[in-house]
Amino acid sequence: MFGAITNKVKGINSIRSKEVIKWMVDNAILLVLLFLLLTIIVISPDFVSLNNLRNILSQASTRIIIALGIGGLIITQGTDLSAGRMVGLAAVISASLLQDPEYAYRMYPNLPHLYFWGPILFVAVITGILGLINGFIISILKVTPFIATLGTMIIVYGINSTYFDRPPYGAQPIGGLDEEFMRFAQGYFNLGGFKLPYIVIYAAIVTFFIWLIWNKTKFGKNIFAVGGNPEAAVVSGVNLTMTLMLVYMMAGILYGFAGALEAARVGTATNNTGNMYELDAIAACVVGGVSFTGGVGTVRGVVIGVLIFQVINYGLAFIGVNPYLQYIIKGLIIIMAVAIDTRKYIKKK
Amino acid sequence: MQNIKVESNSTYLLRMKSISKEFPGVKALDNVQLEVRPGTVHALMGENGAGKSTLMKCLFGIYHADCGEIYFDGKKVSFTSTRQALDNGVSMVHQELNQVRQRNIMDNIWLGRYPNKFLFIDEEKMYKDTKKIFEELDIQLDPKAKVEKLSVSEMQMVEIAKAVSYNSKIIVMDEPTSSLTEKEVNHLFKIIRALRDKGVGIIYISHKMEEILQISDEVTVMRDGKWIATKPANELTTDIIISLMVGRDLTNRFPEKTNVPGDTILKVESLTAAYKPSIEEVSFDLRKGEILGIAGLVGSKRTDILETIFGVRQRKSGKIEINGKKVKNRDPKEAIKNGFAMVTEERRSTGIFGILDINFNSIIANLDDYFGMTQLVNEDKCEKDTKWVVDSMSVKTPSQKTKISSLSGGNQQKVILGRWLLTEPDVLMLDEPTRGIDVGAKYEIYQLIINLANRGKGIIMISSEMPELIGVTDRILVMSNGRVAGIVDTKATTQEEIMRLSAKFL
Repeated sequence: MFGAITNKVKGINSIRSKEVIKWMVDNAILLVLLFLLLTIIVISPDFVSLNNLRNILSQASTRIIIALGIGGLIITQGTDLSAGRMVGLAAVISASLLQDPEYAYRMYPNLPHLYFWGPILFVAVITGILGLINGFIISILKVTPFIATLGTMIIVYGINSTYFDRPPYGAQPIGGLDEEFMRFAQGYFNLGGFKLPYIVIYAAIVTFFIWLIWNKTKFGKNIFAVGGNPEAAVVSGVNLTMTLMLVYMMAGILYGFAGALEAARVGTATNNTGNMYELDAIAACVVGGVSFTGGVGTVRGVVIGVLIFQVINYGLAFIGVNPYLQYIIKGLIIIMAVAIDTRKYIKKK
Repeated sequence: MQNIKVESNSTYLLRMKSISKEFPGVKALDNVQLEVRPGTVHALMGENGAGKSTLMKCLFGIYHADCGEIYFDGKKVSFTSTRQALDNGVSMVHQELNQVRQRNIMDNIWLGRYPNKFLFIDEEKMYKDTKKIFEELDIQLDPKAKVEKLSVSEMQMVEIAKAVSYNSKIIVMDEPTSSLTEKEVNHLFKIIRALRDKGVGIIYISHKMEEILQISDEVTVMRDGKWIATKPANELTTDIIISLMVGRDLTNRFPEKTNVPGDTILKVESLTAAYKPSIEEVSFDLRKGEILGIAGLVGSKRTDILETIFGVRQRKSGKIEINGKKVKNRDPKEAIKNGFAMVTEERRSTGIFGILDINFNSIIANLDDYFGMTQLVNEDKCEKDTKWVVDSMSVKTPSQKTKISSLSGGNQQKVILGRWLLTEPDVLMLDEPTRGIDVGAKYEIYQLIINLANRGKGIIMISSEMPELIGVTDRILVMSNGRVAGIVDTKATTQEEIMRLSAKFL
């Protein structure tokens, strides 16, 4: 479809219309999404409300953290299917360690009351190690990222389910979470009527840190070099193996933090928490301009990608679109985003 | 060998002494020497395949020389990687520029050794240092500009600046002007002179005689992996260089030519490719039983002619006529149906299916023949045809089920030739058919090509090896910078004439 458009453009002599069409092709995905958003607003004008904004922001927060992890490794020409399952593992473990001591169905009935930061760090270390294992499989065993993380996705789900389905109560959703832990995620600042969730602040802090790493550190530059031209990077003395290992580890740590936040935000966790989150995150990255050919991507793009996706998600549900139809729309958006992205890199023969 | 160890350090910056390198079946370098003085431009010349790149690869440790010694700055060295050479002040500006295109200029220059301030990168220092080098070399580029937005000549300047940033004392430039305009060449020469005046030794690899005579102080000529001469540039002329480059005998390397050209089979008129840079206004004709060679320098777009005829590359204008019938050849499938066949240059990446067997590799271009009404493969016919390929091309293989990648290059090429003959083409296009094949097997391939011409096929053959063209073809079309510089009769031409033609549109 776009091939036909660009070919037609060749016939038009006016430079301006050429540029306009080029801009439209380059930004086609944003235009489509904007159109979707406008449709939603036209159908249901009360979609535009502070309350909806708050909901969208707080739902987007954990997703931004996950997407920033995945974004980094997509830049290195990688991908990560295990992200959602790692989020689930982190959610279950952190929830199991942070149940209210008064709650009747605790997984560890005799566990003393823990301050919530401890378990959060603990799960981040666990998923960090799992991320490192992903990095090891990819950079040292040379398994392609898709297959490597497909394997770890299944393994992590197995580990999580084994942990989850254990005595004394078996496979029960882990609820009755510690008040402080839940307030950590569900609390908000009251800004003259607008309730700004804490969780949004955390996402903002993580975003800032990742921005620093991507743009201001040696490690960040190496990520882009490895993704843009691995051979040139190696010849210039960049340690390819180390860079890949670290990028997957960093992603793992982010999944762990996101998982704990997700448990606290929802107030409960099961072995299916986080299921398919990786697909949303990958889709958001792609929509936000992170290229699967490697070497290209910005923090701003990832954040915008997640927000747009969340707005559409929330908006479609808000105007009562059939959930099955929502899947179809989302799938189409992803395919279109990649098809358009690819056009920029096709070599003409 | 005499034991005189008094190296006069001041005269030579780099001395490569009696370097030899042998690959299975080929002596790529035979006792070659190269001596570069500081503050000079030293041109390294020779035909395609003379051993220039192999010699450079030995310098950079990409290949390990079988024997010989390298002295750099008075010390004996033996680099094990490009990176190590770079750290020691020997760098290379490649023909294919190796850059992270998505990043900006200074990110590329300091890649792998970014200056740090605490935890973060010191962008300011990077910017200033880059700016300083640019000023020294009179390069007007913004260090923060993205590399993919630069022109080829600008990218090259960035590469040179990178070499300078490593404080390189020797900079090798491989065909640096192959895609530059005249103005850009002049700027490049200005930069080269600035480097030379700072005492840097420059090894300048190029085919362009006028340029060599203009920029270099000394010239070393290689031929067939051997050192031929090193002379001051001011004692040389284009004619002397050419005769040094080509002077050799051609006895018994080629089978007897028995084919007799007949009626015209293929006519190509004003063929121009859709996307530049590529071929422009290419016209020629081909006769039955004729072998037409295509000569030209690397980058002269010889392959593009075949690709455009075969429908791999999009055509902007031009006419193709086979057996008097006008054809479109919009894609390879259509071209095959119209009686064309093409053996590609990169056998490994676009020729063989390496992990599959000879049977599969033989029948793959002719699949339609093996499926009847049932749409199930006719195994007997496959086997019969593969047997024909193996027998008629005399492929040496234990069985049809042998993986093709376990055969020698020559035998792989025979299978590919056989594959295309199964499609019963009228016109067979061969791109560097003897590349990477050892000398003995080359003879067999030549014989096969001549036999095919005897059977009335029209054959087009691209080659970078001049003797091969002279020894096998009937006429030679010389390409220069995407255009036809001339079509010459092989019997009446000389290597010197072809050389001159191939530089016609540079």
